[in-house]
Amino acid sequence: MIDHIYLVPLLPLVGFALLFITAGQLPRPWVAAIGVGSVGLSALIVLIVGYEMLLAGASPVVISLYNWFSVGGFVPGLSFYVDGLALTMMLVITGVGFLIHVYSSLFMYEDADYSRFFAYMNLFVSAMLVLVLADNLLLLYLGWEGVGLCSYLLVGFWYQDPANGAAARKAFVVTRVGDTFMALGLFLLFLHLGTLDIQPAMQLASATWQSGDVIPTIAALLLVGGAVGKSAQLPLQTWLPDAMAGPTPVSALIHAATMVTAGVYLIARTHELFLLSPTAQFVVAIIGVATLLVAAFSALVQTDIKRILAFSTISQIGYMFLALGVGAWSAGIFHLVTHAFFKALLFLGAGAVIYSLHHEHNIFRMGGLRRRLPVAFLSFVIGSAALAALPLTSGFVSKDAILLAAFESPHAGPALWLGGLLGALLTSIYSFRLVFTVFFGPVRTEPDAPAGLPMAIPLVILCVLSIVGGLFQIPVDAVFPEARESLHEGAIPIVTLAVPIIGVILAYFMFLDQRIRIAPLVESSVGRALGRFWLSHWAMDWLYDRIFVVPYTFVARINQADVVDTVYNGTATITRRLHHLASLTQTGQLRRYVTMMTVGLILLVAILLGVR
Amino acid sequence: MEPVSVAVVVPMEHGLLLAAVLFSIGLISIMVRRNIIFILMSLEIMLNACGLAFIVAGAHWGVPDGQVMFMLILSIAAAEVAVGLGLLLQAHNRLRNLDIDDASKMRG
Amino acid sequence: MLLWATILVLLAGGAIAWLAEAWNKDLPRWVSVGSIVIAGLLMVPLFVSTPQTVLLADTESEWLAVSSSTWIPRFGITLLVGIDGLSLLMVALTLLLGVVAVASSWSEIDYRPGFFQFNLMWTLAGVVGVFVALDLFLFFLFWEVMLIPMYFLIAIWGHEERGYAAMKFFLFTQVSGLLMLVSIVALVLVHHSNSGVLTFNYFDLLGIPISEGVAFYLMLGFFIAFVVKLPGFPFHTWLPDAHTQAPTAASVLLAGILLKTGAYGLIRFTVPLFPGAAIEIAQFAMVLGVVGIIYGAILAFAQTDFKRLVAYSSVSHMGFVLLGVYAWNELTLQGSVMQMVAHGLSTAALFMLAGALQHRLHTRDMSKMGGLWQDMPRMGAIAMFFFVASLGMPGLGNFVGEFLVLLGAFKVNIVITVIASIGLISAAIYALIAMQKVFQGAPTAGRALNDLDTREVLVMVLMMLGLVGLGMYPQPVFDLVDPVLASLYEFSGAAEGTQGAWTGDGQ
Repeated sequence: MIDHIYLVPLLPLVGFALLFITAGQLPRPWVAAIGVGSVGLSALIVLIVGYEMLLAGASPVVISLYNWFSVGGFVPGLSFYVDGLALTMMLVITGVGFLIHVYSSLFMYEDADYSRFFAYMNLFVSAMLVLVLADNLLLLYLGWEGVGLCSYLLVGFWYQDPANGAAARKAFVVTRVGDTFMALGLFLLFLHLGTLDIQPAMQLASATWQSGDVIPTIAALLLVGGAVGKSAQLPLQTWLPDAMAGPTPVSALIHAATMVTAGVYLIARTHELFLLSPTAQFVVAIIGVATLLVAAFSALVQTDIKRILAFSTISQIGYMFLALGVGAWSAGIFHLVTHAFFKALLFLGAGAVIYSLHHEHNIFRMGGLRRRLPVAFLSFVIGSAALAALPLTSGFVSKDAILLAAFESPHAGPALWLGGLLGALLTSIYSFRLVFTVFFGPVRTEPDAPAGLPMAIPLVILCVLSIVGGLFQIPVDAVFPEARESLHEGAIPIVTLAVPIIGVILAYFMFLDQRIRIAPLVESSVGRALGRFWLSHWAMDWLYDRIFVVPYTFVARINQADVVDTVYNGTATITRRLHHLASLTQTGQLRRYVTMMTVGLILLVAILLGVR
Repeated sequence: MEPVSVAVVVPMEHGLLLAAVLFSIGLISIMVRRNIIFILMSLEIMLNACGLAFIVAGAHWGVPDGQVMFMLILSIAAAEVAVGLGLLLQAHNRLRNLDIDDASKMRG
Repeated sequence: MLLWATILVLLAGGAIAWLAEAWNKDLPRWVSVGSIVIAGLLMVPLFVSTPQTVLLADTESEWLAVSSSTWIPRFGITLLVGIDGLSLLMVALTLLLGVVAVASSWSEIDYRPGFFQFNLMWTLAGVVGVFVALDLFLFFLFWEVMLIPMYFLIAIWGHEERGYAAMKFFLFTQVSGLLMLVSIVALVLVHHSNSGVLTFNYFDLLGIPISEGVAFYLMLGFFIAFVVKLPGFPFHTWLPDAHTQAPTAASVLLAGILLKTGAYGLIRFTVPLFPGAAIEIAQFAMVLGVVGIIYGAILAFAQTDFKRLVAYSSVSHMGFVLLGVYAWNELTLQGSVMQMVAHGLSTAALFMLAGALQHRLHTRDMSKMGGLWQDMPRMGAIAMFFFVASLGMPGLGNFVGEFLVLLGAFKVNIVITVIASIGLISAAIYALIAMQKVFQGAPTAGRALNDLDTREVLVMVLMMLGLVGLGMYPQPVFDLVDPVLASLYEFSGAAEGTQGAWTGDGQ
């Protein structure tokens, strides 16, 4: 089966092609069958391939289809590289993707553009699979841009509202900034290594460069530029909260479970390069910690249920970056997997809430939904517990591993650990703020009946995965270098364990029990200012708007008529003026012509005589 | 007593001077006169001045070419007068006067 | 002879189309399509023929067909035409877009359709001639032949400001063309004074020794003519006016192929004839290319007129071609050629869409559009495809071209390449804002618009398949062009001991 691995991205692509060609003419059940079925089949193939590979000892396999092109020694192949890492990613993409597709078949049923939705979703899954399967960086870039395009299309899915269009454009353009850095990284790698095939390039890099050389550092940092764009990390994270304008299943699939983790995957895939550059690796760790804190503070004060989840996504990917930065590669990938489970669960749960409340997004207009929407409530409790890394959940296992690894990092380890710990405290506070506000207290908006089975079943499955996911052994040991031996002694693990629990208790007292009065703090002038600052995402949108958007549009606007053209039009104007001047002599008066002729003739003769 | 034929030789310079004076008179009248009839007459004077110059020169060199040229000028002058008078009639019809300065439609 | 037959078929087709107008208004279009198809069929044997070897100065190069006969022997002018992979690719693109252009004029042109088709066909013939002429005099002749009918197309069938636009187009191209003529004549005279032989033959003029200063000015004549046509910054300002005012078919031809004659000229003539002088100007030309990329993209973003936006996007895209040609290594040259073909398809399609929009809405002003996806989902999806192609999405032809240009240019000059990459971001900005303004947003109520009809969809699908093909399996194009570029590359590198200077293999 592994020889036919190309079917995995191909099937969703075929699904896309069918839906694209039929252009919305098919009846809805057919559309759902094609859209969900193609991803389901892919998932099945991935399961079979995974089974085969694990039996065979998880050694990497290269499946080459054909040479994309061959120019001047640059021969990127259309070939797939399947190893434990790719397999893990494929399982997440097709597995979670399938569940979300099933969920969407009901969630989007009323939408007029049902077929277009599934076409985009299938295209996304296909592109994402190409991204993780790609054997060379150019093919990876194809998938990378492909998922960016689908993200654009799906964020702006409800195109009639210009705000959605603006969010979609922002998502695409900001990630494109990152992509451009990444492209430059590819140019640099090709210049020095002569190939973009990942495995040979990485071996060559290790053989060519010493640890700490300048070139691998620059190349790695350029790749980080791509990664922070796609994964919404500082300083390119501003697009993700706005991207929540898309339908909720899209947020679950693209902006939580899969696409935004592509940056993590990229760094993990090229980890040999980062091992050559401690600087770049440390930068990754710093970006991770900074992002997870910035986003966690912002999440504390949001009122839109999806924006809270969006900021928590940014924050959790920050943890993954932290893991990569401190060399805990498999812990980072493991957190990617568990995060995919519990964040998809949370988003789909949020979707169920929104669905039942007629597109209400504000958590302060929700409340007491505990009994009305039991499945959603269960999803949120389990999802939030995993998100907050409470013991016995999958999130605990992965996040604990990251924090412990961070502590043992040689570069500023305890500081990184402390940052992560503070983030964990905030995470548990904001996630249970959400749970307590939405599901407890008085009913503020009366919900419809809970949604049907196609929405409930994926939620239940994801609930189970969010709990037992921590027990999975992801087959990436062969991919990454040996992890540092963890000590697991003393107070550090205990503190790491206790902090999230403290956070939940705090949240209980602040938002449900009201024993801790936060109102005075929030109402104080400092509290208000800080709240506004965090609500506006640390004013970064404002800042970028002033630094980039305003000057760009200003330059474009003042030069709309093209200043270069004035040179040519000026030439034309001068010529025309001279022509007018010359035509003044043409009076139409015969006598004047004769006089001029005579004078001219006399002058001419005089000159001729004078010359002689 | 036999009649004596005396060849009165007019010096060439005198003839050419006369031609030049005539030509200048013609030219200056074209420049200063506004009546089209007078302009045509002035043109005739200029043409005849040229003719005179040819005759004088021909006589001086003792060749008939000067007279041939005069015949040519005479026929050109005749044609020119015919066309000129035609134009004059038209101009008179259109402009209701014979002022050349009014006929300035070809102003640029 | 095949090549002359092709050109004559096009010329005759145009003449017949003109005459046919008297009988029937529909006939000229069919005559045009017919003669383009015949011309295309004449080209088919070339795709399978084996190349002949011709001695190109000191380097042997392979040509698929060469034909020569005397014309004006006193001045050494011959009817020398030849075709190789590069020319064949360009001619194929020309004929393909010729059909597209006729198709896009199908229901648009009511006034004197026969004379319209005549001008269209003669432009095509001129372009084909430019791509195959190997006698410099003949080349100049065809250069003019493609210019004058295009002037009529704009001046007679254009939009509101057609007189201004047509005159501007004519003056820019004509003045720069005359500079080239001066250079051609001077080059021939230099060769004459060296060897005593008067010839306009391309092969004879290659690699002749010219003193450095003279070569530079002669090169400049060619360079300016081709860069104006390309168009490179700062000679680009004729293009937005001409494209905007031209009828759809003429816009398709202008953007699709006329611009490519500039790039073709640079690759075929400017650099090989004056390799030494071209190196001197290479950095400068690359900078012009980069400025064009960024400047075009920013101005495209600023436009409110749909066709102007696409026109400025062309300036941006052709900047990549200029950058690629003057970075002059295998990667960038192949990238430039790919970019030329892909840009031909994607921009032609966008101009067709502009025409279709104007036909339905009677405006090109994007502020009066919006929400058209609701009314015309097929057109929306197709426009999305071509805008996405235009912003360089991997998997489509434009990406392959741009990526190769940047990848190769990175070897030559890192700073310029880094700045050029900003063009990738700017392209996204203008392409997406255009989609937003035209197709997204709230639809206007009570607007009854017909979506694209079958004929239009068919043409569009053809070009979409072309772009996907170029994006996912571009190797046939590379293989076709590779021997040509290799020989030109080798020749220019070998001349005057400049090997290495081009490749920038400093490391």
